[in-house]
Amino acid sequence: MVSVGFCSIIIMFVHMMHRLIFYNAMYPAEKEPDHRKRIGGRKMRLHGIKIPHKKNTADCAPVRIEIPAVVTIPMSMHIGKPAKVIVKRGDTVKVGQLIGEADGFVSSAVHSSVSGTVQKVDEMTSSMGAKIPCVVIASDGKQELYEEIRKPEVNDFPEFVTAVKASGVVGLGGAGFPSFVKLCVKDLSKVQTVVINAAECEPYITSDTRTMIDKGEYVFEGIGYLKKYMNVHHFIIGIENNKPEAIAKMKALAAEDDEVDVCVLPSQYPQGGEKVLVYNTVRRIIPKGGLPLDVGVIVINVTTLAFIAEYMEKGIPLVEKCITVDGSAVKEPKNVIAPIGTSIEDLINSAGGFRCDPAKVLYGGPMMGIAVPSLKEPILKNTNAIVAMDAKEAAPFKTTACIGCGACMNHCPLRLDPKAISRAYKLDDCEGLAELCVDLCMECGCCSYVCPANRPLVQTNKLAKGKLRTYLTNKKAEQAKKEAK
Amino acid sequence: MEGKLISVVSPHITGKRTTQRIMLDVIIALMPAAAASVIIFGLRSLLVIGVCVATCVVCEFGFEKLCKKDNTIFDLSAVVTGLLLAFNLPVSIPIWQAVFGSLVAIVVVKQLFGGIGQNFANPAITARIIMLTAFSGTMTNWIYSGTPKTPDAVSSATPLIAAAKGTTSMMPSYLDLFLGKHGGCLGETCAAAIILGGLYLLVRGVISWHTPAAFIATVALMSFVCGRDVLYQVLSGGLLLGAVFMATDYSTTPPTKWGKIIFGVGCGLITILIRFWGNLPEGVSFSILLMNIFTPYITRLTRNRPLTGGARA
Repeated sequence: MVSVGFCSIIIMFVHMMHRLIFYNAMYPAEKEPDHRKRIGGRKMRLHGIKIPHKKNTADCAPVRIEIPAVVTIPMSMHIGKPAKVIVKRGDTVKVGQLIGEADGFVSSAVHSSVSGTVQKVDEMTSSMGAKIPCVVIASDGKQELYEEIRKPEVNDFPEFVTAVKASGVVGLGGAGFPSFVKLCVKDLSKVQTVVINAAECEPYITSDTRTMIDKGEYVFEGIGYLKKYMNVHHFIIGIENNKPEAIAKMKALAAEDDEVDVCVLPSQYPQGGEKVLVYNTVRRIIPKGGLPLDVGVIVINVTTLAFIAEYMEKGIPLVEKCITVDGSAVKEPKNVIAPIGTSIEDLINSAGGFRCDPAKVLYGGPMMGIAVPSLKEPILKNTNAIVAMDAKEAAPFKTTACIGCGACMNHCPLRLDPKAISRAYKLDDCEGLAELCVDLCMECGCCSYVCPANRPLVQTNKLAKGKLRTYLTNKKAEQAKKEAK
Repeated sequence: MEGKLISVVSPHITGKRTTQRIMLDVIIALMPAAAASVIIFGLRSLLVIGVCVATCVVCEFGFEKLCKKDNTIFDLSAVVTGLLLAFNLPVSIPIWQAVFGSLVAIVVVKQLFGGIGQNFANPAITARIIMLTAFSGTMTNWIYSGTPKTPDAVSSATPLIAAAKGTTSMMPSYLDLFLGKHGGCLGETCAAAIILGGLYLLVRGVISWHTPAAFIATVALMSFVCGRDVLYQVLSGGLLLGAVFMATDYSTTPPTKWGKIIFGVGCGLITILIRFWGNLPEGVSFSILLMNIFTPYITRLTRNRPLTGGARA
C-alpha cells in the first residue's frame, strides 16, 4: 500500500516537474495579480500552447523607410463597408488628406499616406477575396502635410468619438475593427474595465512591444482620455512575460496611477485572443456571439490607444504603421515605419532586402497571418508584421491519419473539439456543428499546431463555420417563409 | 524576384511532435522491458520480439500494398504493436504462433478497421486474447530458467496462478516481483523496467498520468478492500504493462482527462473481478479490451464544454 502511494506520488511529482520545466517561460508570470484577487471569480486554466517566441526584433527601434515611388491604398483595411473614394485621377493630394470617406456606420475613413498625384482609381482583390476599390498615388517625395491638419477640438464624449472616427484608426492588433465603433457605447455606466491588449502572443511580432517602449507615455495619455471622456476608472494592461523591457516601462508609468494595473501574463499562445485575454485579466467569459461589453469590458490594442493619444495631440490621421519585418527569407529582421499602401516588395527592399527568394510571405505572424498572393500587395492599416519564409520554412506539412490523441481538444483555449467538428463537417451534420459551437472558434491555430498528424484542423473549422452560417441563414429564411404562410 | 508564393491557410508553423516521434518515444520506453526480458528469459525472447516486430511491419506493408493505401510503416506504429504483442507472449511460444498473432493484430484488428487511428480495440491486446483462446496450452506454458538451483528450464507458475491456488511456496518475494525474477510473459514481469519506461513517457508528455494512476489505484484499493496482498496484486501479472502501455493507447482510449480516469477505474474493476472471482488467473487484457468498447461512450460523456459563457449553445 505504502509503495503504491509512493509510486503515485512519484508519478504526480514527475508530471508537475514536467509542467514546470516545459510549460513555464523564462520569466515568471504573476500567479495571481492583485487586481484579480480583488475581482475574485472562478479559477480555471484556459488551454493554450507554447510556441517559439522569436522576438528577434524586440530591441530594434523602428526606422522610417524611404518613401516609395507609388503607394496603393485600398479602401477596405477594416471590418465593415469599404470607404467611398472622393478623389479622382490627376488630383494632387498631401499626407493626411482624406481620400476615402466612411460609408455607413461600421466603416472607416482613409487618408493619403504620401504627398503626390493620384495616378488612378483602381480595383483590387483584397486578401479576403473581395473586389475593393483602391487609390494609387505617385509620390513626389516631399511628404508635405495636408494644410487642414490640426489638433482636434474635443470637449466631451461625442466629440471624442467623432475625433477617433476622423482619425481613421482601426484595431491595429490585426483585427481591423473600426475603433470608434467599439468606443461608441450607448450606456457608459456598463463599462467597468478597459483591458489594454499588449499580449502580442504571435511569434516574431514586436511592433506592440516597441509602442510600449517608445511611446509608453502616449499609452498613458490615451488612458487619460478614456478616463476623462468615458468615465472608466479601471484599466488593465495585459502583457506576456516575454517582454521584460515593455513590462518595466509600463510598470514604471503605472506606478503613478493607481487606476491602472499591469497584468503580467504567462507566455502562452493565444494570450492576446480577446476571449482569452478578458478571461485571464478579469476572469469573465465573453458569451458566445457577444461582445466584451457584455461582461463590462472594452478591449483595446495598446498601439491603437497610443495612436489615439498621438492623434489628439497632433491631428495627423493614420497614415503610417510600425511594422516588424522578419522571417527566414529576410536579410535583416527589424522594425520599420512605413506609409500605408507601400508594397511589400518596396518595404522589404528598403528594409535590407531578401536573403533568398521568399516562398511564403505573411501579413502578420505565423500562427494567424494571411499568406499573400504576391509581393505587390500593400501594407494595410492593421498590418503589424510582414513575415517572409524561405522554401525550407514554408515547406507544406505532410498530413497523416488522425491517431485520436486528443491534443487538439486538450489545447483549444475555447474547449472546442476540432476532431468532432471535422467529422461533423464531412458528414454535413449542421445541427452537430451548432452543438459543437464551431462558431465560437477564433481560428487561433492551436489545434493545427499541436496535431502530430498535421491535420488541417483550422481550415476545416473555417469551412465548417461557413457551412453553419449558410445553414442557419437558410433555416431562418425557411422559418420566416412558413410564418408568412 | 517575383517567384510563385505559397498561399495556404494559417497556421504557418507546426509543433515538432509527429506521429512518428510519438511512436519512437513509445519504442524507447519499451526498451528497458525488452532488455529485462532478455536477461530474465534468455536470448529466445529476442527471437520472439524480432519475429513479432518483423511480422507486424511486413503485414502492414503487405496489406497496404494490396489495398493500394498509403504506406504507413514509417510511422512506427506497427513496430509498437509488434513489441507489445511480443511482451504479452511466453518465451516458449512456437514461432509460427507468434507470426499468426502478429498477423491477426495488424490485419484483422488494425487494418480491416481502417488502419492507424481507426481501430476500436488495441491490436496487441486483442491478438493476445485470440491466441490465448486458440493456443491455450502454449500460451500458458510459463518457463522460468533463472532459478539458480535448477540449471535447466522448468515449467513454473506465474505469481498470480500461485496466489490463486494458494501455493505460497511458489510465490516470489516482493523484490523478485519488482525485478521480474519469476514466470510470466516476456515484458510483464519486470516492474522496474516498466515503471522506468512509463516515467519516460510521462516526462515526454506522450501519456498522461490519469489512466495508469486510476487503473493501478483501483486495483490497489480493491485488493485492500478484499483483504488481498495489495503490493503483490499490483506488481504481478500484466497490470503495470497494461496500465502504462496498453490503457494509454491513443485511438482506443478516451482523450479527455475525466474520460481517462473513468477508463482506468473501469479497467481496474474488471481486472479485480476476473482475478478474484473469475476462472482465469489474470484479467488485465480482458479489462482493457472491454473498456475499449466503452471508449466512444466515455468520450462522449466527458467531452469538453465549449466556453460559451452563459450563452446557450
